[in-house]
Amino acid sequence: MADHFIPDLADRVKDHAARKAALRIRGGGTKDFHGARLEGETLDVAGYAGIVAYEPRELVLTVKAGTRIADIERALAAEGQMLAFEPPGFGEAATIGGTVACNLSGPRRPFAGAVRDFVLGTRIVNGKGEDLSFGGRVIKNVAGYDVSRLMAGAFGTLGVLTEISFKVLPRPPAEATLAFEMDEAGMIESVNRWSGQPLPLSATSWEAGVLRLRLTGASSAVAAARAKLGGTEIPDGTAYWDGLREQRLAFFAGEGPLWRLSVAQTAAPIALGPPQLIEWGGGLRWVRGAIEAARAREAAEKARGHATLFRGGDRAAGVFHPLAPALAKIHRRLKDAFDPAGILNPGRMDNF
Amino acid sequence: MNATAKPAGNHERRAEVSSALARRLPAHAVLTAREDLFPYECDGLSAYRQTPLVAALPGTVEEAAEVLRVARETGTPVVARGSGTGLSGGALPLADGILLSMGKFNRILAIDPLARVARVQPGVRNVQITEAVAPLGLYYAPDPSSQIACSIGGNVAENAGGVHCLKYGLTVHNIQKVAALSIEGDALELGADALDAPGYDLLALMTGSEGLLALLTEVTVKLLPKPQVAQVVMASFTNVEAAVDAVAKVIGAGIVPAGLEMMDKMATAAVEDYVHAGYDLEAEAILLCESDGTPEEVAEEIAKITEVMREAGCTRFAVSGSEAERLKFWSGRKAAFPAVGRISPDYYCIDGSIPRGALAKVLRRIAELSKHYGLRCANVFHAGDGNLHPLILYDANVPGEFERTEEYAGNILELCIEVGGTITGEHGVGVEKIGQMCAQFNPAELAQFHAVKAAFDPPGLLNPGKAVPTLNRCAEYGAMRVQGGRLPHPDLPRF
Ligand SMILES: Cc1cc2nc3c(=O)[nH]c(=O)nc-3n(C[C@H](O)[C@H](O)[C@H](O)COP(=O)(O)OP(=O)(O)OC[C@H]3O[C@@H](n4cnc5c(N)ncnc54)[C@H](O)[C@@H]3O)c2cc1C
Repeated sequence: MADHFIPDLADRVKDHAARKAALRIRGGGTKDFHGARLEGETLDVAGYAGIVAYEPRELVLTVKAGTRIADIERALAAEGQMLAFEPPGFGEAATIGGTVACNLSGPRRPFAGAVRDFVLGTRIVNGKGEDLSFGGRVIKNVAGYDVSRLMAGAFGTLGVLTEISFKVLPRPPAEATLAFEMDEAGMIESVNRWSGQPLPLSATSWEAGVLRLRLTGASSAVAAARAKLGGTEIPDGTAYWDGLREQRLAFFAGEGPLWRLSVAQTAAPIALGPPQLIEWGGGLRWVRGAIEAARAREAAEKARGHATLFRGGDRAAGVFHPLAPALAKIHRRLKDAFDPAGILNPGRMDNF
Repeated sequence: MNATAKPAGNHERRAEVSSALARRLPAHAVLTAREDLFPYECDGLSAYRQTPLVAALPGTVEEAAEVLRVARETGTPVVARGSGTGLSGGALPLADGILLSMGKFNRILAIDPLARVARVQPGVRNVQITEAVAPLGLYYAPDPSSQIACSIGGNVAENAGGVHCLKYGLTVHNIQKVAALSIEGDALELGADALDAPGYDLLALMTGSEGLLALLTEVTVKLLPKPQVAQVVMASFTNVEAAVDAVAKVIGAGIVPAGLEMMDKMATAAVEDYVHAGYDLEAEAILLCESDGTPEEVAEEIAKITEVMREAGCTRFAVSGSEAERLKFWSGRKAAFPAVGRISPDYYCIDGSIPRGALAKVLRRIAELSKHYGLRCANVFHAGDGNLHPLILYDANVPGEFERTEEYAGNILELCIEVGGTITGEHGVGVEKIGQMCAQFNPAELAQFHAVKAAFDPPGLLNPGKAVPTLNRCAEYGAMRVQGGRLPHPDLPRF
């Protein structure tokens, strides 16, 4: 099947484009909860799985988009390497294509970079059923527009991801997690101040008056930072960060709405009512509970960011932050440029 | 090359466009006299020259918007220019176009030490940012060798790299937000003060777009804490293969060096003559491998690097013992281009990028081609990330030599594609590599690029004809490459 997968997929897209019939791209289905509408006949891409090329000494990995994240992480771990953006999966069946399309990055994001920072190349089938490759398998490449990175966060509305190349990194040898009792404003100040110092920080998370800080790097550097920062070392650090990345912590349990406020890292505490968990050095504020969309958006804008209804709640009112008119115009044209018939995941990004 | 200025009828166009500009800009901001336009005739790829119709030097965003308005209303193309250090002709003027210099946009607008960002105008020079924030213990990581001259706007437009980008990333990884003007007159904000922005990642798309999508008017860059210590290892090898192998072994040992650079014998001789840093003139290849971080980290890493270099069979070896010595070790590599410029009347810099595994093979082939074309070639590379900079030495005054140089360069670029790499790692396509774009991308991919441009620039007035070839042009390119169904130089062995 694998040999025919892309040509068959391209034919199917062409056929749907001719009929203007929507396709709903689906990997593992673990992120059906995320984004606005799910419309159209299911286009299953989980079957297109496997590592195309992995050369640890090149720091480059190429995978088929249906490959499960767990399988990728296993292959990388065997060589002492990792995807440094710590891809959240939200379930066993999660595929790398879905995580890239939804632009999901884990706790390491402010210190190592986002998913798009590690994308080197993509192969896609656009809405016209054309099999196209952009970027490549090399670390540096500026030939043509950076369409590969554009695919990260496009929710499949510009093309079906079929293959993706990533820059991978060695897994640092040592890790430690420290805990500090701190109020919200003090935490925001501290994590930003520490981020401006040469410390091996790799994650921060604050909830209910406790800041957890992860240090990752050479053993000597981690030891030196631990001595410098103080705090209490907690033994189950790794489990905590996994739980945060996969949203398995108690904070995330239950079916209530979850708002994601991505704001300036230094923004002052945002009082909204429901409890918050704050990661990404102050830049990502999860709000657990029902709040009016307009209020969430206004608060996020004041904090120089944007608000997304990440999970649950009333999706009908739109889940993503509205775009400025000039940007919305360009978005509309880009959508038409890649998917003129408007058949790829229509409505998944609200208007696109 | 050497396109001549002033096609017939240009006088009237010049009068029309310059008077429209003069009505909207201060008098000194519009240049039309031949001697005033001369400094804008070329960028760092000086073999290509063109006098623009007119040059505009706006001093404010409002004035820049007026220039775009004139362009739009008179249907005149616009080429933006930062410092003009680009090496692919990206800022080469068009005979019928406005050259829009961003030189007056040279202010650092705000520095926020707690948030570790600086908001700057696009004409600010790369090194100015690091100089301004150094007292705060911060720096801006991308450091192209041209950093004392090149502008941050030009860096964004080319997605510039530097010797530290294996560890710290390219421009795209180190900017947070840009403000830009569209040709339609809209003010755009791409990216955010937050770590992501809603909608498509237009910031990524803008980075490396060579002035074809919008005019950058402001850039918010990320600042990093300055590493406490940095040390560099310099190792000599008696053959290139061993040096290449050492590079792979360093990465294989789980090290991501802050910099990992290589120079071949000819490049070493040229730079030693220029900077007198004590480079090993016997070596076939020299590696510079830098470690930075906390004192503990650096000590650990330097020990590992030392071991790897020894195992890989290096013949001479030194670790910088002081900051002064570290800078001395680097001085030659950083001055490689001007140094090579001293041993030859002209040189031509190539920017292919390849999987590192193919390095030895590609170098061998570059040497064969050097013999074939009778042109010397000095090699410097960002070895850690597989970005080659072969420098072909030629003399533009010898008839035919530039043409042979371009053909040699074209062969090297196609070789890069053949081994799974790309025609440009950091210098951009511009006018220079537009032909090879036809070899790297198929017609559907090129059409997709054109559609992306049209989404930002429907009238097609921003830097038209650069970066992405028309399909017609590719048809011509194909015909030129395969004359009568034969590849050029069938006598040469191919992979
Ligand atoms: C000696 C030397 C060494 C170099 N070393 C390196 C290196 O190590 N790494 C590297 O990456 N590059 C290097 N370069 C290449 C060059 O310096 C970079 O490409 C640099 O980013 C160009 O900046 P600039 O301001 O000179 O841009 P220009 O040459 O003026 O313009 C480059 C492109 O950017 C566009 N542009 C400029 N400003 C704007 C704006 N405000 N809005 C929209 N578009 C704009 C132009 O239209 C053009 O297409 C080197 C060049 C030289 C001469």
